[in-house]
Amino acid sequence: METKDVIVNVGLKKGISDPEGNNIKKALRLLGFDEVEEVHVNKYFKITIKASDEDKAKERVREMAEKLLTNPVIHDYEIRW
Amino acid sequence: METKDINVCVLRIEGTNNEQEIYDSFKRLGANPSFVHLNEFKSLENFQCLMIPGGFSSGDYIRAGAIFASRIRSRFWDDIKDFVRDGYAIGGICNGFQVLVELGLLPGFSRSIGKVNACLAENDSARFECRHTVLKHVGPNKCVFTRALPENEVLVIPSAHAEGKLLLADDKLYERMEKNGQIVFRYCDRSGRTDCGYPWNPNGSPQNIAGICNEKGNVFGMMPHPERAFYKENANGHSGKVIFESVINYIGERF
Repeated sequence: METKDVIVNVGLKKGISDPEGNNIKKALRLLGFDEVEEVHVNKYFKITIKASDEDKAKERVREMAEKLLTNPVIHDYEIRW
Repeated sequence: METKDINVCVLRIEGTNNEQEIYDSFKRLGANPSFVHLNEFKSLENFQCLMIPGGFSSGDYIRAGAIFASRIRSRFWDDIKDFVRDGYAIGGICNGFQVLVELGLLPGFSRSIGKVNACLAENDSARFECRHTVLKHVGPNKCVFTRALPENEVLVIPSAHAEGKLLLADDKLYERMEKNGQIVFRYCDRSGRTDCGYPWNPNGSPQNIAGICNEKGNVFGMMPHPERAFYKENANGHSGKVIFESVINYIGERF
């Protein structure tokens, strides 16, 4: 069966504070990268799936994102196919 | 029922810790705890209390508590819902609190049990905060895990977590929780003032919330570790024993 790599990119919703991103911003500025305005840390999942039916597979990946990979209160996600 | 007949399920998976302290806390008070690994879990039928311990379940991968929660949901969600409906007690400490939030059992508004409307997000400091914290018992005594603790009592209980900031899906939910008496503990300073910030509040949790219960009061979660401060000597004068006494006392009276 054909396999397919799917990317699920999970980030914090707008307005949710990102302490890790802020720390990285601070560290970058301390290294002299004064142009840095914002840093956001995302999580990037590469999932290899068996996919014979594309629509069905997309739906399954969406389910994975909603059941486990994200918390709807703080996260947005996008699926790259 | 008699204390010796109260069966407490201390649920474990890979990466849980402090389960021994939870077990010992119930044992010392005369109840009958047992360790159950999720893979060996069959049913909650013979238990009156379910405890989800702290730690780093499944390595805290993806999000703290997320994998443990999703495995509970797929294994015995209906069993859990019945358990809550029937008034039995569920307690989650630290990572266990994160699991209960990820399961949608907390804040656990009666009409939306299982709906995830909160998250324990990364501490504002972006650090693992590990030290004693001062907690004030606030609100009416509806929570079955704190019923033996007088209102406004201050406890000193150790905290150890990196994700303890309670965020709710909607700001109105804070008011709703407050109105329902679901806020159980707030971080406070030594004099008991709850308008303090960091470092008294280790994680930046809005309104200094440290522990909450569901609308019914029988599901409870807190970030600090009362089982690590069972004896007075462990906790500068006050002790976490009262949490375990309270729930034993509730189950004894109710069932």
